[in-house]
Amino acid sequence: MSDVTKQSLSELVKNIKSKKLSSSEVTKAFVERSEKSKELNAYITEDYANALNKAKKFDEKPNLDLKLPGIPMAVKDLFCTRDLRTTAGSKILNNFVPTYESTVTQNIWNEGAILMGKLNCDEFAMGSSNETSFFGNVQNPIDKNLVPGGSSGGSSSAVAAQLTPITIGTDTGGSIRQPASFTGTVGLKPTYGSCSRYGIVAFASSLDQAGPMAQNVKDCALLQEVISTYDEKDSTSIDFKRNEYSKELTKDIKGKKIGIPKEYRVDGMPKEIEDLWKKGIEYAKDCGAEIIDISLPHTNYALPTYYIVAPAEASSNLARYDGVKYGFRAEGKNLIDMYEKTRSEGFGAEVQRRIMIGTYVLSSGYYDAYYLKAQKVRKLIKNDFDDAYKKVDAILTPSTPSSAFKIGEKTNDPVSMYLNDIFTVPVNLAGLPGISIPAGHDAKGYPLGLQIIGKAFDEQNILNIAYAMEEKINFKNNITDWWIK
Amino acid sequence: MSIDLKTIKHISKLSRISVDEKKAEKLAGDLNSIFDFIEKLNELKTDNVEPLTSVAETTLKLRSDEVKSKNLRDQVIKNSPKENEDYFVVPKVIE
Repeated sequence: MSDVTKQSLSELVKNIKSKKLSSSEVTKAFVERSEKSKELNAYITEDYANALNKAKKFDEKPNLDLKLPGIPMAVKDLFCTRDLRTTAGSKILNNFVPTYESTVTQNIWNEGAILMGKLNCDEFAMGSSNETSFFGNVQNPIDKNLVPGGSSGGSSSAVAAQLTPITIGTDTGGSIRQPASFTGTVGLKPTYGSCSRYGIVAFASSLDQAGPMAQNVKDCALLQEVISTYDEKDSTSIDFKRNEYSKELTKDIKGKKIGIPKEYRVDGMPKEIEDLWKKGIEYAKDCGAEIIDISLPHTNYALPTYYIVAPAEASSNLARYDGVKYGFRAEGKNLIDMYEKTRSEGFGAEVQRRIMIGTYVLSSGYYDAYYLKAQKVRKLIKNDFDDAYKKVDAILTPSTPSSAFKIGEKTNDPVSMYLNDIFTVPVNLAGLPGISIPAGHDAKGYPLGLQIIGKAFDEQNILNIAYAMEEKINFKNNITDWWIK
Repeated sequence: MSIDLKTIKHISKLSRISVDEKKAEKLAGDLNSIFDFIEKLNELKTDNVEPLTSVAETTLKLRSDEVKSKNLRDQVIKNSPKENEDYFVVPKVIE
């Protein structure tokens, strides 16, 4: 089989289980394609030799009952992997080799998957274009000059370019859904508490969630089934009954009530996004869903709220990088000087900016005006969703206010970069699950995504809606392999 | 609102991030545009709203107080930039 890397996860699993393909053949194919694709800069750390060895070992004694039998995959470099460097895209963790494994990645290896390497991302997941990474920007396989989105930009690029059949990312304000939308791939941000945060480099702890990214909805459902477990090592992990998402997946969504929030029609939104949304509504109707107009009145306040809450939590989480216990250290005249130089040289500009914002809003005299205010507005935003879900089962919106933009286009204007996350951020603030599916192209031929937002713990429902709509949309990615010489 | 250079210096000290004049000016510009954007929240009256501290409406689980991982000293020290036997080494603190 020459076109192994073109196969979806579900096809690969089927072919390995039926012994048409070995893990070694599959791993070799993805490793070779990854090696030919260095120009995309999707990887920070490659672990190909180990991956091929593990595949060989798997083939010697294959356990075909596992959910990901001998499947190779690369993961975002925000997940701690035992004995393999984990950088979070930052100079300050350039030499950090974890002595423990994140729960989410451990769940994946327990089901038979094999680690190929660590994927590029914005530094500490702070960014929407992968341009804040210490290891350089990532190219979107759709077009050489386009960003792949962020912060899980290496992940979205690698899945779209078929360097890995599936991957996992993290999503604090849109970091799975926005890059999925920019690359014509599928990305799910699960309910807060669904996937353990243990061993994930922390950004904003009340918002961070790990989630699957894949070529299609079914693969996404299977990976979600593997990674979502209750974990006592994460005090915010929630013990609820998890579905077998891939087995229970159905296209029958007849009678499901889908809400259309009028506040998501933002000023200056390109007509092609509006058109895409309208088309999405028609697809949902074709699938038998009932469309209901709803209101989420505080939508416009979500981004300002996010840019208080997330930096505040980040400034506190990132206090641990002090040049003492691990990571980069700059020499200083005394202890304080060492701290200040280490953090000034070790963190990039965007991370420093957010630490400063966070420190300011938490500082004496400003806490009530900013942080407490933001927590109150966050409550109003969550109440909006609670009210809407009295009337509907899910909500349909565009994933992003535009298609992928050019590398360098927004780097000098932080606020315009932040506006990218306008449709995704409210979902994190309310702790809900959201999935982005590719739904069309703009005039330039770049992919556009639609987002389906669910009730808390209702991943199965939004996966089902996405699965049904995916068939109607019948999206095809235009990728020409331009980077392979 | 306006964040001046004095405030930037103050925040940088609290953040333990050294900034020179040039960087301070750039940061002041960036932070001012971000805070202009954040000020939008003041349009909302929130006097009677309870702050949301966690989206998970569950109480924390209790667990028995027992040691589950031990003898991690080597692992803990493994990634330190500078160590001496079992200690992290930092610049001299006491003269």
